[in-house]
Amino acid sequence: MLQYTLKRLLAMIPMFIGITIICFIVIHLAPGDAAEIRANMGAKYSETARAKFEAMYGLDKPLIEQYILWLKKVAVLDFGDSFAGDGKTVTEKIGQRLHITVALNLLAMFFIFLIGLPLGVLSAYYQNSILDKSITVIVFIGFAVPTFWLAVICMYYFSIYLGWLPISGLYSEYLYDSMTFWGKVKDIAAHLVLPVAISVFGSLAGISRFARTSTLEVLNEDYITAARARGISESKILFSHALRNALLPVITILGLSIPGLIGSSVIFESIFSIPGMGQLFYNSVLMRDYPVIMGILVIGALLTLLGNLIADLAYAYADPRIRYSKKG
Amino acid sequence: MERNKLRSIIFSHINKNILLFFGLSIVLFFIIVAIFAPFIATYDPAVTNMQAIFLPPNATHYFGTDDIGRDVFSRVVYGTRISLFVGFIAVGISLIIGIILGLASGYYGGRVDSIIMRFTDIMLSFPTFFLILAVIAFLKPSLVNVMVVIGLTGWMGVARLVRAEVMSVKNREYITAAKLQGLSHKKIMFKHILPNVLSPIFVTATLSIAGAILLESSLSFLGLGVQPPTPSWGNILTDGQNNIINAWWLSCFPGLAIVFTALGYNLLGEGLRDLLDPKNKKENN
Repeated sequence: MLQYTLKRLLAMIPMFIGITIICFIVIHLAPGDAAEIRANMGAKYSETARAKFEAMYGLDKPLIEQYILWLKKVAVLDFGDSFAGDGKTVTEKIGQRLHITVALNLLAMFFIFLIGLPLGVLSAYYQNSILDKSITVIVFIGFAVPTFWLAVICMYYFSIYLGWLPISGLYSEYLYDSMTFWGKVKDIAAHLVLPVAISVFGSLAGISRFARTSTLEVLNEDYITAARARGISESKILFSHALRNALLPVITILGLSIPGLIGSSVIFESIFSIPGMGQLFYNSVLMRDYPVIMGILVIGALLTLLGNLIADLAYAYADPRIRYSKKG
Repeated sequence: MERNKLRSIIFSHINKNILLFFGLSIVLFFIIVAIFAPFIATYDPAVTNMQAIFLPPNATHYFGTDDIGRDVFSRVVYGTRISLFVGFIAVGISLIIGIILGLASGYYGGRVDSIIMRFTDIMLSFPTFFLILAVIAFLKPSLVNVMVVIGLTGWMGVARLVRAEVMSVKNREYITAAKLQGLSHKKIMFKHILPNVLSPIFVTATLSIAGAILLESSLSFLGLGVQPPTPSWGNILTDGQNNIINAWWLSCFPGLAIVFTALGYNLLGEGLRDLLDPKNKKENN
């Protein structure tokens, strides 16, 4: 297991380099010179700021040298200063918000797993029945609905029309400090219901369809027939024999769903005014705050790598065939 | 064969694949709407009429009118063209890149394979939406840029799929025979291998079209998609968001159009996958 972990960690190094190369290409997509655009952004940015930007990316140097200079800084997570004029470094800005986005996505993933998996298993067990077809249509509707549209509709209906839920933010700004611990938990939960529920609804399709396929395969295995022959109850066969084996490939899907979830945090965080990384990213895109955009692009990719690593390790932990195979 | 028997066979097939037929009907319906948009639309989608702003759906304006008196029905009809166009072109770009990289990777193997697959892995580790937003922030949002960027960031699944399929057919006898005949690599790849891996590619392409249409609408929501006045479902929907309380029809109809289309392509794709999967054939017949 240790050997496998080390191997996987080493494999991340070329991935990291590749990620930085692609980010670097994106910087150079800017029409004309990135520094020129910076200068065009407004008169209040002085010549010294422009010189600083050129120096930061070494724009006067040859491409390879520019890249290596930039990579050296990125390696220690130094993305320079934000253009926003608040004097904060990019790393500081991301650091303040990263944990919110990660926590929200973990929460969403937990519920996607909790709801999507049983839906997939039931769908497989009652293959081609009305139940199977209804589940299929419902999870696909979740996938097909533009999330921002659903989010805005739910926000108006539940928060404004019915007044059941708070409209936006992460907690009630004025009252929060005076609340008891459980009051705070309840307050945050009320703020998170909509964003998390909509995010989960939108992502059920992937995992439940996958769970359905892998359960269908498992249900045809001989040991299931053997279990039936021994008179074990159907529910026990389904939820203890079949589910456990159908679970394995699902772990990989969870790993693969990370980039999508992180990406959609831009939408959720801007609709619900949640002060996370997605909101920062969107604001930076609108303000053309290039250092922050690059920083979040790199961090987002690193988060995905980390998520995939965890998924792979979990898979290897659960399935010794992976751990000891040569392919690793 | 007796007529009744034939009919019952057809119906049992439709019944078994009801979701597939449902998806297919939706897909065909919107393609027809897109093709015949000028004949279906009742007004010019760009013409404003200050005498008729915020009219609810009625006999002359089926889907009502918007804040500057444009006919929402006609805009949604013309938006079908743009949205499907974005979907098809973006997926076309992904398919071309994915097929070429996948074929090369699976066919040549070795170093070519490991370089291409590493590159694919790297692209897969970007949150796609971040990458698209970043690129559009550096360039400019426009119809062409949106299609190209969605296409350039969506080929990885196709490449992996094609590679796997190529690896499973490349050692078959007919390929060896083609090699012995001295055919060029290019000819073997495109004439002999590609046709045999088309059906799973077709399924993926169908599913991706839904994804591309949804992506365009999300970009429109953030103001970075197809730019008005060109109507796409995404930007009509986004325009309507601001008036969701007093004019529900502005966002309801384009939203439903997106939902039905995305659902249609998904059901079609999943249905085709079941139908084309040789494992299911025995049970179905």
